Amino acid sequence: MDGASLQRGRRPGITVTNTERTLLEYLVDISENHSPLDFMLIADHIDKFFYGALLTLEVTLISLVVGGLMAIPLALARAYRQPWLNRPIWCFTYFFRGTPLLVQTYLVYYGLAQFDVVRESFLWDPVLSSPWWCALITFSLNTAAYTTEFLRGAIENTAKGEIEAAKACGMSTLRMMRRIILPSAFRRALPAYSNEVIFMLHSSVVLSTITLQDILGVGRWLNGRYYLAYEGFITAMLFYMALVFVISRVFRLWESHWLKHLRPRETVEA
Amino acid sequence: MESIWEYRMLLLSGTAVTIQLALGSLALSVILGLIGAAAKLSKNRMSHRVAGAYTTLIRGVPDLVLMMLLFYGGQQIVNDLGTATGWWDYVEINQFIAGVWSIGFVFGAYMTETFRGAILAIPRGQIEAGISVGMTPLQVFRRITWPQMIRHALPSFTNNWLVLIKATALVSVIGLHDLVWNASTAGRSVREPFTFMFAVLIIYLLLTACSDVGLRWMERRYNVGVDRA
Repeated sequence: MDGASLQRGRRPGITVTNTERTLLEYLVDISENHSPLDFMLIADHIDKFFYGALLTLEVTLISLVVGGLMAIPLALARAYRQPWLNRPIWCFTYFFRGTPLLVQTYLVYYGLAQFDVVRESFLWDPVLSSPWWCALITFSLNTAAYTTEFLRGAIENTAKGEIEAAKACGMSTLRMMRRIILPSAFRRALPAYSNEVIFMLHSSVVLSTITLQDILGVGRWLNGRYYLAYEGFITAMLFYMALVFVISRVFRLWESHWLKHLRPRETVEA
Repeated sequence: MESIWEYRMLLLSGTAVTIQLALGSLALSVILGLIGAAAKLSKNRMSHRVAGAYTTLIRGVPDLVLMMLLFYGGQQIVNDLGTATGWWDYVEINQFIAGVWSIGFVFGAYMTETFRGAILAIPRGQIEAGISVGMTPLQVFRRITWPQMIRHALPSFTNNWLVLIKATALVSVIGLHDLVWNASTAGRSVREPFTFMFAVLIIYLLLTACSDVGLRWMERRYNVGVDRA
């Protein structure tokens, strides 16, 4: 690519002649010279934004699943005050909830290379030298810490009568956990969990600071490449807004399904 | 460890910048939060809608995106406006200002919800009683609404503040020489990034732990004289 085409307003492949102007060329002209936002340039690169959205969703969802699965045993151990586990788990959640995710990610991605042991270990080549894996590990631990704490709250708030009823039926502890305590705790934790999911999506912008091309990463790349001030960021903003909108819709559906028994009754029988 | 001691002044000055940034954005967010809560509770439909759009927008957009938009885009808008109107010459939005405005703007939306809930928790009769003894709206706010609002708002305020402190780390991405930026520069130059990042984590942990303890103490103070359920 030659130098001139890197500048704003010059794109390879599109030349405007005086004799004929197609609709496309007309749009490009408006977009470059009159509109405050060069929307045609965004349209040219929209596929990159979709790939960025895929990466954002991929890392967010995998770490939510991994972190969520980790959180269940941790929350149970915290809620039932397991003597040897409660304290260490509390330290883990306090550490991860009291510090910024950005710094945690830096610690894993930039920091671990300081140790020769890590660099020479079998984990270095496929895992710990890759920004994707580092982000995934950090994000999972981070969301596990937050999820542990509110899940513990939900488990501790299980109605006493439900537990007594389960015991009276002769359920073993494990069966009671599986059939009574966890299902009702998950339900009560659902609204808090929807916040956590949206927070994780917001936090995933950290990906762009460790060289990954997530939504914001693509926006920064676009702005850097064409010397733009806001096109990339505004597009990124719209993408994030759309994702948050969809996520909160999905959670609202789930809440109306799983928390139906908690809603006030609509029809009153005479 | 010696390297940390060697660079202690750099880390300390970075911590000072981070704290200033956090307090500045907190002040802005409280102001925006009060305005937002007033708009959401007012009967004016327009202000209701604007405040609603504000909180929805913030819930939808990550803070780093807004920060970059403000830092890179805001600069251009302000200067384009200056050139067009001739009212001001070249203005530079530095990283600190961009950080304070964007973090303050984001947390202003969360504070709006906090304050709105807190005001709604005050029994309506108390405000009516205040009006009936001839208090002006300002007096009602100062003597009745404000002291009780603080009590209701504190738990959620504490939470917002803890999240806000952690959000300040993002300003290092746009190049403010805060704690994170200073530490990663120092860490690179002595080739001990882990040591320095760990020090940053400890400093952040201290900041959040201290404010946690302090705000809990305040919560107890404002709850004196209230029955515990």
